[in-house]
Amino acid sequence: MKEPLKAVRITDKVYWVGAVDWDIRDFHGYSTNRGTSYNAYLILAEKPTLIDTVKAPFLPEMMARISSVIDPKAIRLVVSNHSEMDHSGALPELLKLIEPEKVVASPAGVKALRAHFHDLAPVQAVKEGESLDLGGDRLSFRMTPMLHWPDSMFSYLESDGVLFSNDAFGMHLASLSRFDDEVPDWRYEAAKYYANILLPFSDIVLALLDKFDKTGFSPKMIAPDHGPIWRKDVKMIMSLWGAWARQKGTDKAVIVFDTMWGSTEKLALAAAEGLAAGGTKTVVMPMRLSHRSDVATELLDAGALLVGSPTINRQMFPTMADVLSYLKGLKPRSKIGAAFGSYGWAGESIQQVQDALVAMGVSTCEPVKCQYVPDAAALASAYDLGQKISAKLKEPR
Amino acid sequence: MKKYVCKVCGYIYDPEVGDPEHGLPPQTPWEAVPADWVCPICGVSKEDFEPVE
Repeated sequence: MKEPLKAVRITDKVYWVGAVDWDIRDFHGYSTNRGTSYNAYLILAEKPTLIDTVKAPFLPEMMARISSVIDPKAIRLVVSNHSEMDHSGALPELLKLIEPEKVVASPAGVKALRAHFHDLAPVQAVKEGESLDLGGDRLSFRMTPMLHWPDSMFSYLESDGVLFSNDAFGMHLASLSRFDDEVPDWRYEAAKYYANILLPFSDIVLALLDKFDKTGFSPKMIAPDHGPIWRKDVKMIMSLWGAWARQKGTDKAVIVFDTMWGSTEKLALAAAEGLAAGGTKTVVMPMRLSHRSDVATELLDAGALLVGSPTINRQMFPTMADVLSYLKGLKPRSKIGAAFGSYGWAGESIQQVQDALVAMGVSTCEPVKCQYVPDAAALASAYDLGQKISAKLKEPR
Repeated sequence: MKKYVCKVCGYIYDPEVGDPEHGLPPQTPWEAVPADWVCPICGVSKEDFEPVE
């Protein structure tokens, strides 16, 4: 048969020409249980323009999709909205194959591309508010530094009202459907993406949304670099981003723990019962079975974080150091929490966990600790901790 | 002279070095850095910096 890979038309002039990665399960330490897509877009203007590329091994897939609508060598302009290799990896080879007239990126993008691909063809910088004439259609650029890298920028095709938002408003979700309304179960993946990639930059997200609001900017379609294209829920994804960025913790608690002989687990479960008895939605995550990126996701709308660790050779358990280091980098805000754990000798881990929570800006309660196996009194302390936190979550903050 | 760190990306403004690429010669103290100067790495404003303790 003929080539099965086709471009997908998304507006009058714009085609999706990306690649679907069904296999990926570990995306730089983020668990992608449903795979992902690398979205590249082709604008069939008088000067055909390609927006972003794909991860290097997917170049043939992108080329096949482009070839289904146009000879790739007819592309005259290539735009790199983001230098990360899942979008730029195929760029050096592509430029050799098609030799476009012009390649553009943000000023920081020019530097970042050079630092990635040392013998890349020349890339020109475009600035905030600048636009390029595609031959009757205008493509304008908006700098969006730290959403989520210094080089990140948006491109906007005025004639079709399409915002090419690079990683913003994206998610890791492999699908043969290209639009939000065709993939109705996107909510968890969108939250996961925000929690793991954007959370540290929430103030910048809020400033961007505010600017959109004040200038009345309202794209018809948002075309991100991963996951579905927004055509139905454009406003909803923006308002969800606003809510996630504001980080008003709800009456929800996340308990993460590890255990060696089941004692710290007993404390975790007792605390969970205390929380649940107070009516708090409670998620219990044993860290040898849970992924750090799912913890970040559950924590996104939670008001409390409880962390339990046994002490091993005077240290907290390694899985707990992993998740605490990861969460600290994501800069969660307005959380309350506590440390707990069982120990055999001196029990250093509980203070270490408590210190890590304080360093993360968590407002902490008195930790719960017990030597070896928790007795009825220790279990009651853990239960009480759960109840106390549940009560605090109901106070106005 | 006190150094300042960008809370967003971790870049450190060192007055000894300045930011010559963006018009700030060495020995420019933080107080003399113009209000419209932005972090040369991530682009956030002076308000997003804090003193290095």
